[in-house]
Amino acid sequence: MAIIEHPLEIETREAPLAERPLGSLTRPQGGNGWRDWLSTVDHKRIGIMYGVAAMFFFIVGGFEALLLRTQLAFPEQGFLSAQLYNELYTMHGLTMVFLFVMPLAAAFANYLIPLQIGARDVAFPRLNALSFWVWLSGAVFINSSWLVGGGGPDCGWFCYSPNSGVTFSPTHGVDFYAVGLLIIGAASIVSSLNLIVTVLNMRAPGMSLFRMPVLTWMLLVTQFLLAFALPVIVVALFLLLFDRVFDSQFFDPDAGADPLLWQHLFWIFGHPEVYIIILPSFGIISEIIPTFSRKPIFGYSFMVFSGIAIGFMGWGVWAHHMFVSGIGPISVAAFSLSTMFIAVPTGVKILNWLATMWGGRIRFTTAMLFAVGTVAMFTIGGLSGVTHAIAPADTQQTDTYYIVAHFHYVIFGGGVLGLMGGSYFWWPKIFGYMLNETRGKIHFWLMIIGMNLTFGPMHVLGLQGMSRRIDTYSAGFGFDLWNLVATIGAFTIAFGVAFFLYNVFASKRDAKHLPAPGPDPWDARSLEWMVPSPTPEHNFDEIPTVESLDEWWYRKYGYDADGKVVRIATVDEAAQAGDGEGVHLPSPSFWPLVVAVGMPLIGYGIIFNLWLCLIGGLLTAGGLFAWVLEPVDDPDTGHGHDDHHGDDDDDGDDAAMVGAVAAADGEEG
Amino acid sequence: MATTTTAPVVTHKDAHQTNTGISNNKLAMWLFLGTECLLFGGLISTYLLYKTRGNGRTLPTDIFDIPFTSVSSFVLLMSSLTMVLALSAINRGEVERSRAWLLTTAMLGGVFVGGQVYEFTTFVREGVGFTTNPASSAFYTLTGFHGVHVSIGILLLMSLVVASVQGKLKQSNAETVEIIGLYWHFVDIVWIFIFTVIYLIPAE
Amino acid sequence: MSDNVTDVETETAPDDDHHPSDLQYVKIALVLGLITAVEVFTYFESVLDWGDALIPSLLVMMVVKFWLVARMFMHLKQDKPILSGLFITGLGMAVAVYIVALLAFQFWN
Repeated sequence: MAIIEHPLEIETREAPLAERPLGSLTRPQGGNGWRDWLSTVDHKRIGIMYGVAAMFFFIVGGFEALLLRTQLAFPEQGFLSAQLYNELYTMHGLTMVFLFVMPLAAAFANYLIPLQIGARDVAFPRLNALSFWVWLSGAVFINSSWLVGGGGPDCGWFCYSPNSGVTFSPTHGVDFYAVGLLIIGAASIVSSLNLIVTVLNMRAPGMSLFRMPVLTWMLLVTQFLLAFALPVIVVALFLLLFDRVFDSQFFDPDAGADPLLWQHLFWIFGHPEVYIIILPSFGIISEIIPTFSRKPIFGYSFMVFSGIAIGFMGWGVWAHHMFVSGIGPISVAAFSLSTMFIAVPTGVKILNWLATMWGGRIRFTTAMLFAVGTVAMFTIGGLSGVTHAIAPADTQQTDTYYIVAHFHYVIFGGGVLGLMGGSYFWWPKIFGYMLNETRGKIHFWLMIIGMNLTFGPMHVLGLQGMSRRIDTYSAGFGFDLWNLVATIGAFTIAFGVAFFLYNVFASKRDAKHLPAPGPDPWDARSLEWMVPSPTPEHNFDEIPTVESLDEWWYRKYGYDADGKVVRIATVDEAAQAGDGEGVHLPSPSFWPLVVAVGMPLIGYGIIFNLWLCLIGGLLTAGGLFAWVLEPVDDPDTGHGHDDHHGDDDDDGDDAAMVGAVAAADGEEG
Repeated sequence: MATTTTAPVVTHKDAHQTNTGISNNKLAMWLFLGTECLLFGGLISTYLLYKTRGNGRTLPTDIFDIPFTSVSSFVLLMSSLTMVLALSAINRGEVERSRAWLLTTAMLGGVFVGGQVYEFTTFVREGVGFTTNPASSAFYTLTGFHGVHVSIGILLLMSLVVASVQGKLKQSNAETVEIIGLYWHFVDIVWIFIFTVIYLIPAE
Repeated sequence: MSDNVTDVETETAPDDDHHPSDLQYVKIALVLGLITAVEVFTYFESVLDWGDALIPSLLVMMVVKFWLVARMFMHLKQDKPILSGLFITGLGMAVAVYIVALLAFQFWN
């Protein structure tokens, strides 16, 4: 192959093209084409891809919800068959949890963590890309069950055994569930390790752990939860898969097995999972509320420690999902107690958010509305959660719509609203234009009204005894009115989401006539606001040296002799210009995508035909080897092992990291 | 293949030091090993729960061949020694000696895996297969996962041997050997657990 | 951790102040082998009747072997404490969670 020589193209990318032994799969350089997005290792682009994909799946999951709510709007409807209903509510849950909320949180984590800690990228940029592509391939895989699996999984997102076995779920749906979640789980584990190392190792000079923004802290705890909780569901999913595919005896009561094993393993993962869902949102609003109250977060250390406490305590409560499963009174009492205790650190946070606002000069921007809405809605959801903790009460509540109400208030009201607030807050930083505030407020009110209309009545329905996970209900039970109201609420939410999308496109159109937002449109507090909007590819011109919490704020404001806050620098003076001359960035790569594509093929192979496993395995394994052997086009090879520019500098280190990935991958069948 | 450049020279405006003083790769490997504890813990717990559930058929505990398994265990334990000797050698820059120890480690690992395969085939002949009963399913899954981890370790070690032959493994990148060594030792530690808890501790 | 390539004197000299020498590694391995031999010995009913002490003894021996490999072979002793902290956190959480799960199954009844 000819050796191609290129003069240097742009200032921010000084690495010349090296020889191209692998032809078109050599590492491309910068740019905006589709090939550049497919091969990007830039944490910001990866974050954007997570976000866009998550929004897509939000619509998919929302559509599934609308179908469910249409069916339930009136009693005894035959709009959906029972089988289809089961598949839809299973996929609705899976989609919303694994394909919407978690990846949207990952979008924020990927985009913001390096910026908030003053770094140029994450510790392992190619692994970061791998996590995204593997997640996406898992997402597509699990949804392909509709087309090639004979329908989606129908066992509920919790997929209890023995219902999940071949006898009661004979279609391939549950196989797609097991393999799909294994693929997605692997992606998240790898990503969590990446982000933990990033936060622990790549902070800017002076950025001690206790000068990190609360968002970074909450995301760090989330990554630890992901890293430690996902292996547990990996075990459960393998046991399920082996039962279904190889006829092992893990969950068959007739063989002497215990179906409760599944429940324990699932919920040991499942409870930390809900904290994985909510902590990023808590972190987001911990950035928004201080900004729009013009006050620092109240009780920073309490916020940090309560987040850590939630992370630890979340491991001790899982069997509150199993109060009526026959675990016996001692277990029930113990888990009831531990569940009551976990309300405490969350209560600390709520008080701290309120105390932050108290006495502040509050601006109700859309982001602030969403943040306050998050606190309010989560409080409601948390209160119903406290009632569940009381095991005798839960005996009536469990498996009714009261539970459905609870978790939608905390996940949607707490998680999703916070993520939406974060979208409005960081939109200018990410995309370089502001989302229109008026339309944003309409969006907010549609969401708040919609969600309360949808999930509020479910408390009543549950207490009246309406069972959950049923495809219809009889007339004459008194469930009719509130079900109809809930359906109207669901369509209101849908309208709100559509309105948000309209806002996105309309604001982009408007932006042509509006001044650019600049680095710091909100007068905010953390380091990402000191770089231009949208963020330059290299992040910081020069890595800042950090001297305090809310470092960016204190570069703009100081105190005068009387202790009053005074402006000491304008944004123009204090912000960075975006000149990335001479900055060395990690090189792009196609191999993460190649590795990722092999995994669903392995999945199809397990389910349909083992030859596909071979093909998929070759792609994945071959991709991993090619990754390790990838030509280095960085003129600074031979850096020490502490070089945190990414693992493209040293083949040997790549072998270690790729080995770890292979070990995790090796468990994917 | 020099390329002409008129562009600015790369400057390192950011520090190479990590905040913890530990390299990214090493920190990541230790974290990964921490997560693996959750994985193997789940598999071990499943086995403990099911180890007496034979569904009227033979249990794994009925047919364990402890002398054979102890030899296997000893082999794996010794492979940890050869692994750390390989690291020690490469830290001193003794590339060939390190390569020899790495190869030995891989071979000992291979002996272990071979022993597992022999053990499994014997068990199957004696009536304990993967699908025989909950106890056997749990046993094979646990030891199978461990065996896959060992096999991946062998692949990693052989990759290091190949890299060493190609002259790419030197004192300056000894940390790669260390990190793969960590993985290998962990796999050994898991076996220490398994050998005691599954094989030696008697079923009630 | 870096040394002169020429500093090869003997295998028994430690390459720097921190790491054990090769000889020390071999000694540790011998101890590990010895403990394994004792463990296997318990399996055979012979001189000693272990009785109720059997399981605790096996567990203690297991922990000692585990600790030796982790501290000495994996260099946790010489490394920064955060690595031990991270590993012990993972290990501790696993042990705690699974013991609670087994308790919920009334495993020890």
